[in-house]
Amino acid sequence: MTREMTGAKMVVQALKDQGVDTVFGYPGGAVLPIYDEVFLQNDIRHILVRHEQGAVHAAEGYARSTGKPGVVLVTSGPGATNAVTGLTDALMDSIPIVVLTGQVPTFMIGSDAFQEADTVGITRPCTKHNWLVKDTDRLSATIHEAFHVATAGRPGPVLVDIPKDVQFATGSYAGPKPTASHYQPPVKGDMEEITELVAAIEKAKRPVFYTGGGVINSGKAASQLLRELVEATGIPITSTLMGLGAYPASGQHWLGMLGMHGLYEANMAMHDCDLLINIGARFDDRITGRIDAFSPKSKKAHIDIDPSSINKVIKTDIPIVGDVAHVLEDILKVWKARGRKTDAEAIRKWQMQVAEWRKINCLAFTNSEKSIKPQYALQRLEALTKDHDRYITTEVGQHQMWAAQFLGFEDPNRWMTSGGLGTMGYGFPASIGVQMAHPEALVINVAGEASWLMNMQEMGTAVQYRLPVKQFILNNERLGMVRQWQELLHGERYSHSWSEALPDFVKLAEAFGAKGILCKDPADLDDAIMEMLNYDGPVIFDCLVEKHENCFPMIPSGKAHNEMLLGEAETQGVIDTKGSVLV
Amino acid sequence: MSALHIKKGATRHSAYNLRPTFSDVQERHTIAVLVENEPGVLARVIGLFSGRGYNIESLTVAEVDHTGHLSRITIVTTGTPQVIEQIKAQLGRIVPVHEVHDLTVEGASVERELAMLKVVNSGEKRVEALRLADIFRANVVDSTLNSFVFEITGAPDKIDAFADLMRPLGLSELARTGVAALLRGD
Ligand SMILES: Cc1ncc(C[n+]2csc(CCOP(=O)(O)OP(=O)(O)O)c2C)c(N)n1
Ligand SMILES: [Mg+2]
Repeated sequence: MTREMTGAKMVVQALKDQGVDTVFGYPGGAVLPIYDEVFLQNDIRHILVRHEQGAVHAAEGYARSTGKPGVVLVTSGPGATNAVTGLTDALMDSIPIVVLTGQVPTFMIGSDAFQEADTVGITRPCTKHNWLVKDTDRLSATIHEAFHVATAGRPGPVLVDIPKDVQFATGSYAGPKPTASHYQPPVKGDMEEITELVAAIEKAKRPVFYTGGGVINSGKAASQLLRELVEATGIPITSTLMGLGAYPASGQHWLGMLGMHGLYEANMAMHDCDLLINIGARFDDRITGRIDAFSPKSKKAHIDIDPSSINKVIKTDIPIVGDVAHVLEDILKVWKARGRKTDAEAIRKWQMQVAEWRKINCLAFTNSEKSIKPQYALQRLEALTKDHDRYITTEVGQHQMWAAQFLGFEDPNRWMTSGGLGTMGYGFPASIGVQMAHPEALVINVAGEASWLMNMQEMGTAVQYRLPVKQFILNNERLGMVRQWQELLHGERYSHSWSEALPDFVKLAEAFGAKGILCKDPADLDDAIMEMLNYDGPVIFDCLVEKHENCFPMIPSGKAHNEMLLGEAETQGVIDTKGSVLV
Repeated sequence: MSALHIKKGATRHSAYNLRPTFSDVQERHTIAVLVENEPGVLARVIGLFSGRGYNIESLTVAEVDHTGHLSRITIVTTGTPQVIEQIKAQLGRIVPVHEVHDLTVEGASVERELAMLKVVNSGEKRVEALRLADIFRANVVDSTLNSFVFEITGAPDKIDAFADLMRPLGLSELARTGVAALLRGD
């Protein structure tokens, strides 16, 4: 079906045909024709953010909590450059995002026109793909292709740059055609490799599943199949920061998160296992620690839809390229057909070893009656919210790691955090995107005060759209994670890791027309949290916490998994000069 | 309560030393990439190499299928086997890339490069330059009373050898196209 219409109308039509219900954006000269079309229709909600970075993070929150691509509309020049951090964030975490940018008219490109930027040039390394559309007749096909590329294979952000004359001109509109693209990454894994993995599972004495964001990205079926496989085999399972919720935190084989601030039992299981099954994770340096000491005794299988992830960091014995859900389905099929075998006796022993490690109780902390320990604040938040229909976003820092350690996720798509890029300022706009997608749900951003300030302007958005997002700020008046590293690595010289001029968060909330709650006494904490939960509207919860708490366990840079630090003792000088050059 | 005692300075390796267990031998590979001929595609390929720190020894590009809008990029690169594998996988991720072929491992291949050399000289040197050009099957495409422009086609090392010989004979300018390569046979 082709129809004649203007480029601007095509944009809105293409979004409708892609099933888009929400767009996060900010207008400007180069997108005015599109904004006109947005004004003239009611099918797509446009959310006016307060900064284009916020638009992209909000779209990421929307995407990660729904599994659908998030959509952003911004103007040329500064609108596009402000989107760059969000694009990079989405690229690192494989989040499907479609960003539409306005551009100066084609006949002015290259003339340093007002608000001209080489948007496709600037965003080429931080998108999965991008397009500059110079012909209105190509516009609809390009937008449909953009949605396809963003979601097919390993998901990621894409950008379509649309010059203003292309928006004004008339051309013919074509609807989506899923087969039009040559870009069709295979989803089925190789059966020979899958059979080899099943044979390895049958023989393994100390197997472990190491799962990542790929399980979430693959869709709900992937989590379902993963749970079936874990329950049927009894193999312990850990996950990266990105994969939390794929297997329930209450599940009996759950080891907790692994990696730099992962749980002792998870890291020890990774170190001592004889079969490591990586499902949709990428052997990130936060996970592996020292490469040549990483899981030294194991045979390694790696399931990933992106062939470039395989053997990039860790040599793989059984590489399986494919979509997690498709591959897990085949693994289960083959494993059942071959008689559902495992070395049950060995696995029982292995589970007992895990239970031994668990007894170390690596998340233990010394609580206080005088000040609120951040860990305690999260324990209480968990206790008081875990039965809610709950979504959690975070900022970046100590609070993020404590949130990953102390909150339990029972389902996928419930936990959105900036993993790969570690973007301070992600959590608040992401919480707005999540709340837009799930208006009835409880959405909490676990924040640090410093990160939160990076995109605090989005309070305006939250208030304007009556989004009852809860900003749970663990306020240590410090760039806590930086301070921790300075303590451990830089002789306790706390160079610029605190702010001497923090705002009064309660007044700040009130200035925006929201509610502010201050809590500093552990005895008041439960009531204060309940007050936050019972308030129907956005809340800034200023939780004044212990200022010098460190986040443990911690694998210092350049160390192996079994060289974890568990507490304050003996942290002095543990990271040598080689380690201190790492981040 | 530190359950594990870590000796100061116990670590020699950094977490970013990603490939200690892979072979360190540097290999030279010629990779042919068939790409959609769309704006920016060359920038994507070059950006991949610079952004991830891979080497480019030579790179050529031209449209080879006008109706299909396909261009062929021939890249000569060096790296450890694992880096070469990464390069191919990373190239394969680029959306407008249709095919990636490692001509170095897929079978015998032929490689050719074209070069033009300007040699400025007189007398004996002029005669010697012509004689060597004849041996190397280089053609004279321009001449003045005291200069020649030679055109030579061949594998890169043949061109290197010819240029080395011309240097003492007055080589003043050298332009090379970079390598084009095809698999042999059908
Ligand atoms: C945009 C950005 N700038 C700098 C950093 C480096 N960084 C990582 S954590 C951190 C401190 C965060 O402080 P806060 O948000 O208060 O969290 P806390 O660690 O105190 O819980 C900094 C500066 C970053 N991750 N992102
Ligand atoms: Mg802080």
